[in-house]
Amino acid sequence: MIPKVRENILQHQDLIIEDWMQQIEKFRTDESLQSISASVYESTSRDFVHKLLLTVEENEVSDEKLNQFVERLIQMGWPLNYITRGLQEFRKVSVKVIFQETDNNEDQFRMIEEIEEWVDEIVNLLVNQYSGSWENTVFLQKMALKELSAPLIPVFENISVMPLVGTIDTERAKLIMENLLDGVIEHRSQVVLIDITGVPVVDTMVAHHIIQASEAVRLVGAQCILVGIRPEIAQTIVNLGIDLGKFPTKSTLKKGVETALRMTKRDIVELES
Amino acid sequence: MQVQTHVDINSEWGIVAARQAGRKLAREIGFGSVDQARITTAISELARNIYLYANQGQIKIEEVTESGKRGMKIIASDEGPGIKDLRRVMEDGFTTSGGLGAGLPGVKRLMDEFGIESEQDEGTVITTIKWLR
Ligand SMILES: Nc1ncnc2c1ncn2[C@@H]1O[C@H](COP(=O)(O)OP(=O)(O)OP(=O)(O)O)[C@@H](O)[C@H]1O
Ligand SMILES: [Mg+2]
Repeated sequence: MIPKVRENILQHQDLIIEDWMQQIEKFRTDESLQSISASVYESTSRDFVHKLLLTVEENEVSDEKLNQFVERLIQMGWPLNYITRGLQEFRKVSVKVIFQETDNNEDQFRMIEEIEEWVDEIVNLLVNQYSGSWENTVFLQKMALKELSAPLIPVFENISVMPLVGTIDTERAKLIMENLLDGVIEHRSQVVLIDITGVPVVDTMVAHHIIQASEAVRLVGAQCILVGIRPEIAQTIVNLGIDLGKFPTKSTLKKGVETALRMTKRDIVELES
Repeated sequence: MQVQTHVDINSEWGIVAARQAGRKLAREIGFGSVDQARITTAISELARNIYLYANQGQIKIEEVTESGKRGMKIIASDEGPGIKDLRRVMEDGFTTSGGLGAGLPGVKRLMDEFGIESEQDEGTVITTIKWLR
């Protein structure tokens, strides 16, 4: 940054801070910021403007302290919007100072350009930091969801259960198929119970995927039983005209397990006391 | 006041959002759990068809009253390729995407009233109603 601008800004720091604080107070009513208490908002904002001035003082756009400050905002879930608007206001109040200090048009123009560039660079850096961290979060959540998605749980020798909970989209349908086949081979399952108690809607796509998965399971030498069909789901499946006739189904997981034990020539007996 | 909701369908998330909006309205109107499931499933079929065949479109759901009857209306509209043979798509098992081909005939059975208007290269509008009994 050219020395003249720096001097001006640093000389009028207090003015800039007060002016900026006033402007930033106006966003406080924004929906995304309402959950933040007044005192936290005030102290965080003061911290923010000091960090911005620090970049000017050190004459270095990418300042470690500013980065850390922004990282903290990200962690606490402050919206990106706050940062970008804060920087816009910072530009406005700095430009105002320059106008007050110089009358020469050409000087003004050059100095304002300088400020714009400075602020734009900071905006770019911080937006990148924000989106990088956001993408990372989305990625991690996706992975977490993926792990929750379609587990195959061995419950008895040769018997496994796949409980499905939540909406089934194309990506999950693929996972169900993969996990079923891998799991059946890994656990040497002979019978797999697919439990759809937790699936809110069974439409033709879900039904189709389940039918395909069970056919694939049959090809690797095991059998599927569909369990947990709620009464209202049973009715919609019939209305859709989907034929589950050749598909073994049981109303509950418990009945399914009993059937699976019988299919593998076992039984549950009660011990006499 | 009668409630009306629009949901844009341009991803699989849109399908889920339309279903949720549909289930909520069905519950508010007073449909039982079986009819709620029927309505939600019908919305799912129509929304997925939009997503699959037209890429994008809209699901509109609203409460309707007609000569003392109350019900829920679903309008699925898109500006996609349209449907060439309206009779064939209503046959069980007809599909151009390797699906079950059960969606449209299924929706007709899940609901009480059903109508398709479609013009090739113009788009498709499907209107369907479930009455409260
Ligand atoms: N909105 C639409 N625009 C264009 N073509 C459509 C639209 N909706 C359905 N179709 C056509 O009608 C056919 C039948 O639709 P339907 O929903 O009955 O079965 P599907 O989508 O092929 O399979 P399923 O719904 O059982 O998974 C589709 O394969 C498609 O060619
Ligand atoms: Mg379909």
